[in-house]
Amino acid sequence: MKKKLLSVVLAGVMALSLAACANTTTQTGSSDSSALATAPTDDGTLKGTLKIGMIGPLTGGAALYGNAVDHGTQIAVEEINAEGGDFQVDYKAQDDEHDAEKSVNAYNQLKDWGVQVIVGTVTTTPCIAVSAEANSDRIFMLTPSASASDVTAGKDQTYQLCFSDPNQGSASAQYISENGLGTKVAIIYKNDDAYSTGIYQTFKAKAAELGLEIVSETTFMDGSDNDFTVQITDAKDKGADLVFLPMYYTPASLILAQADSIGYDPVFFGVDGMDGILGIEGFDTSLAEDVILLTPFAADATDDLTVNFVSKYEEKFGETPIQFAADGYDCPKAIVAALEFYAANNGGLDVDKLSASDLCEILKSVLADPAFSVDGVTGEKMQWSSNGEVNKAPKGMIIKNGVYVGL
Amino acid sequence: MLNYLISGISLGSVYAIIALGYTMVYGIAKMLNFAHGDVIMVGGYAAFCAGTYLGWPVPLAILFSMMICTILGIVIEKLAYKPLRSATSLAVLITAIGVSYFLQNIALLIWTSNPKAFPNMVNFIPSIVLNKGTGSEITISSTTIVTIIASILIMVALTLFTGKTKIGKAMRAVSEDKGAAQLMGINVNATISVTFAIGSGLAAIAGVLLCSAYPTLMPTTGSMPGIKAFTAAVLGGIGSIPGAMLGGILLGILEKFAQAYISTQLSDAVVFAALIVVLLVKPTGLLGKKVMEKV
Repeated sequence: MKKKLLSVVLAGVMALSLAACANTTTQTGSSDSSALATAPTDDGTLKGTLKIGMIGPLTGGAALYGNAVDHGTQIAVEEINAEGGDFQVDYKAQDDEHDAEKSVNAYNQLKDWGVQVIVGTVTTTPCIAVSAEANSDRIFMLTPSASASDVTAGKDQTYQLCFSDPNQGSASAQYISENGLGTKVAIIYKNDDAYSTGIYQTFKAKAAELGLEIVSETTFMDGSDNDFTVQITDAKDKGADLVFLPMYYTPASLILAQADSIGYDPVFFGVDGMDGILGIEGFDTSLAEDVILLTPFAADATDDLTVNFVSKYEEKFGETPIQFAADGYDCPKAIVAALEFYAANNGGLDVDKLSASDLCEILKSVLADPAFSVDGVTGEKMQWSSNGEVNKAPKGMIIKNGVYVGL
Repeated sequence: MLNYLISGISLGSVYAIIALGYTMVYGIAKMLNFAHGDVIMVGGYAAFCAGTYLGWPVPLAILFSMMICTILGIVIEKLAYKPLRSATSLAVLITAIGVSYFLQNIALLIWTSNPKAFPNMVNFIPSIVLNKGTGSEITISSTTIVTIIASILIMVALTLFTGKTKIGKAMRAVSEDKGAAQLMGINVNATISVTFAIGSGLAAIAGVLLCSAYPTLMPTTGSMPGIKAFTAAVLGGIGSIPGAMLGGILLGILEKFAQAYISTQLSDAVVFAALIVVLLVKPTGLLGKKVMEKV
């Protein structure tokens, strides 16, 4: 009896795997037949319906980030479709609960749906898993917010819209130096965290280059992250007038409170992990007064793009967009801009006639083109290097009276 | 120097108050209650909810938190540990770790992973400023003072309780020899339940003090201080009430001094190296009783 059951199951598995094989073969076949990635429309315009899939945590602990990206992307897609014409975007979001395995499942579902370009994934660990899959499938990915270098390393079809972790460090040093925010710098970083140490290392290298003096370097780690007396006292005793905090907002909030309690008031300078400090329930926002953070997006910036985006977002979702929403908004815009750029230079493009891998090659060639750049709400003149990292000017923000104000 | 000493004592007294709970349960039930740190976290959340959401006054919020933790402690003991009374100590240890993760995940479901800023509940006395006007002022915050006073009070109360009261004597009898205690007419199960109730009530106080000193409340808030406090209890001699106090304070001072004078990167390594040295020289900890192996 048991044997019989086993053989039935095995047969089923075989049938399924054969079906899967068949599936892949047809896909490869179709992409081969249109291998030359040109589908001209003769008039230099973009045509067809592009299927964009988004993967991110829509539920669970990191849902805040996934939903923000999803909302931002929705607005961008609506705007693109509202322009009308022959080009439309079909958009679908899949939940991964910030879990690598679920993220790969979400990716497979999007593949079944016929996804051509992926916006995602939102968080780093799932992104590393999905980008490896998408790399072998030759599907182009533009992640709005997965910032680790591992996301793009060795995967030529994965690009980042956000700064990579190392870039944030050098951008911060540059910003401090250019704006004369401080001369003696103290750094407190988390030495068991890749995000924090990555930023620290590039910050230090850039600071040395720019002649910023680093007077104090102290660390903490998981388990010794509630008392910062020693670190703060060290910075104070060595006369630091700026304290650089490359870390997430939870330990940063404790550092601010403890510095306040010993009456130390330097300039505190954070990176994008600091975004969210005002959202801690019950946090005394006066502690964060005058904290500066470098982030690509300021909701109260007055340029047309930002004003348009923020007002639409507030109208549709009833809240002020955070940086992740802005990242999500810029992703489809950048992809469509790249396709339009290609269409204009190659006598048009009909996305219906192209497979995902053709689109992948097209997008890669455009992003590598130094003539191509795109303006978004998270930065002007965004350009990409061939390793997938974005290059754009970050914006400084300062916290005044409990709200972010652009510098 | 003095500055670091004070922050060390402040951190150490939080460790001490948690270590008291560990050592009490270990001394009597002879088990390592690894869920203790997470009961502290629940205590923190209970006080936070009562104080912030319900707007209750501070003493009431602390009492409420103690009540919740006491009930939680008794329920955990009844459901998770009592059925394993005759099982190996390894089975109980693993169960305790399971309870610890269970509590963390329940807290994650109820309160999510977003941190909450805990309001300071114990700053009712003024802080002390040393070297006033000399430019190198040193502030001893009221939270530190309250934490130290509370840990000393609890230590004294526990010592008196186990030494003088009838239940306390029953506890010591159970810790010496469960079987003999039962023959003498002591209700072993009830005694162990009371132990857990007291230990968990203390955890609530520790939770309020911990979160008042370091005001970020998350589902993992209790786990690392819990492990450090366990280390402190071992350093002082697990099972010994004054030992937990001494171990906690020493560990706090050691950690801060190592950070200040050796390296912020190596502080934990220094602390644990010190623990190893102490255990090599005195295997039962600083104040631990030497137990003769009966042949």
